[in-house]
Amino acid sequence: MSRRTRRRFGRAGFYLLMALIVLYAVFPFYWAIVSSFKPGSEMFRIDFFPPPNLANYYAVFAEQPFGRNIVNSLIVASAVVVLSLALGLLAAFALGRIRFRGRSLLLFTILGVSMFPQVAVLSGMFELVRALGLYNRLPSLILSYLIFTLPFTVWVLTTFIRALPKELEEAAIVDGAKPLTIVTRVFLPLLGPALSTTGLLAFIAAWNEFLFALTFTLSGEQRTVPVAIALISGASAYELPWGNIMAASVMVTVPLIVLVLIFQRRIVSGLTAGAVKG
Amino acid sequence: MARIELAGVGKRFGSVETIRDVNLDLRDREFVVFVGPSGCGKSTLLRLVAGLEDVSAGEIRFDGEVVNELTPPERGIAMVFQSYALYPHMSVFENMIFGLKLAKTDRAEAERRVREAARILQLDRLLDRKPRELSGGQRQRVAIGRAITRDPRVFLFDEPLSNLDAALRVQMRIEIAKLHRRLDATMIYVTHDQVEAMTLADRIVVLDAGEVRQVGTPIELYQHPANRFVAGFIGSPKMNFLPATYPKGFAIPHEAVEVGIRPEHLRLGEPADASVEGRVLAVERLGAESWVYVDLGLDDPLVVKHAGMVDLPPEGTVTVGLPAKACYLFDRQGLSLPRAAFG
Repeated sequence: MSRRTRRRFGRAGFYLLMALIVLYAVFPFYWAIVSSFKPGSEMFRIDFFPPPNLANYYAVFAEQPFGRNIVNSLIVASAVVVLSLALGLLAAFALGRIRFRGRSLLLFTILGVSMFPQVAVLSGMFELVRALGLYNRLPSLILSYLIFTLPFTVWVLTTFIRALPKELEEAAIVDGAKPLTIVTRVFLPLLGPALSTTGLLAFIAAWNEFLFALTFTLSGEQRTVPVAIALISGASAYELPWGNIMAASVMVTVPLIVLVLIFQRRIVSGLTAGAVKG
Repeated sequence: MARIELAGVGKRFGSVETIRDVNLDLRDREFVVFVGPSGCGKSTLLRLVAGLEDVSAGEIRFDGEVVNELTPPERGIAMVFQSYALYPHMSVFENMIFGLKLAKTDRAEAERRVREAARILQLDRLLDRKPRELSGGQRQRVAIGRAITRDPRVFLFDEPLSNLDAALRVQMRIEIAKLHRRLDATMIYVTHDQVEAMTLADRIVVLDAGEVRQVGTPIELYQHPANRFVAGFIGSPKMNFLPATYPKGFAIPHEAVEVGIRPEHLRLGEPADASVEGRVLAVERLGAESWVYVDLGLDDPLVVKHAGMVDLPPEGTVTVGLPAKACYLFDRQGLSLPRAAFG
């Protein structure tokens, strides 16, 4: 084999592998879209390009308060993002910049909290939610989601803040900035990429969460999207309305994809370049 | 404008004592350079004066007022950092006006001051740029500009030129000297480069291992170093040290001493009050002068600085003359014995 043909084979192999990976990643979503277009009678016929039929989409909104569920999910996920970023940033400033006794112990405790399996905290969390009178209300979800979004927000932001040059902070101190001013006017703009990344991850985690959402809400009006989808039922106990479930899944996945596409540029960014030295 | 006094100032980090019992009296509008090898505590001392670190012992006074407990802005200092530490997300203009905004200075007045500083430092055309769009020298000027706008009592420079290339460093050195004459502020400048120290300073503070070794004008340090450390630190190439003993019949017989002599005072190839002979190890020709390394069988070679070119084959033998007047004597503790000024 000449060198050229070998290179061609290598190329072909590379693209084949890439095609496989893309197929593996995209096919389930593609199949969901395809299924969402099919009426129940055709659900199990293999048809790769059915005509787009939106009947299932209308049905999802007609048969349950799905619009309300989406709004609930949006409220919960946004509140979780805002709260974790705000609390995480302040905590990260302290953990990253201020020396105090027990700092690393605290950091590892925070990391430890993120390792508890959800089931382990579920019953304790339930008692807490009841005690606070939040049962079957959205704040219960916001509160419980912070358990898993805060640890990684704090960790990621702490790492980023530690990587910022110390002289930058000192320059701000000499300029007369108080700690809160340093955080908001100097660090915050530089942490843009870190905030986008962690915010997005927190949003996705909150958007997809199922167990807490199932446990802490009761009525259909208070449900978030994942629970609502799981509880979609057909006309009889023996029928699973796959078409409706797929239509609902597609609708709640699209916002996530859009978000990732919007933020991907900000995530890859070196804003501090040029701050120090040349 | 401020007189700065340091009385018994010390600083420890845990069990490590970085600064020990420093006593200094810096005059109003003086340009003082802290110089010393890396790790000698010069930057820490500057940060103590700035208020970025708290002193562990002693007192710092500005114009007689104790400032130990005051924050940097309350002390009225401005500082230029080694890495410039410009805010990367702000334009040059915003960088320079940031401190004034925080101090709630009247907007028109603040803008006037920024424009004035920009004019002095020739930054007028760069005000809308971000730091990443500037060259190293321009960033340095912005850092200085940011300090000027605050109209500080005391200017602090922490190795401001060490990130610049050699040519730019000479240029900025001259600009800083001009700036000092223009601003009439007390300036403290930290560097490890003794050339910067010699050229800029009214007075130099030589530090070593957290202690002040000598304070004096550049010429005092050059002519009358208080000890072996200062003698070796000031001057380039550094002073040669040769072991010596007092001759028989002297008041202190056989006391071990050291003779120091600067490379520029040695006479190559001509005998003087005393002469030594050695093997030529290497010759470095710099054009206007040549540095000749002569092996005398000691740990370090003898360095001779000779004006103009020399034509010596390596490995050849050469005679070096030591004029007695140019020699320094150090006792066993490394302290200088008094001598008359020379050269």
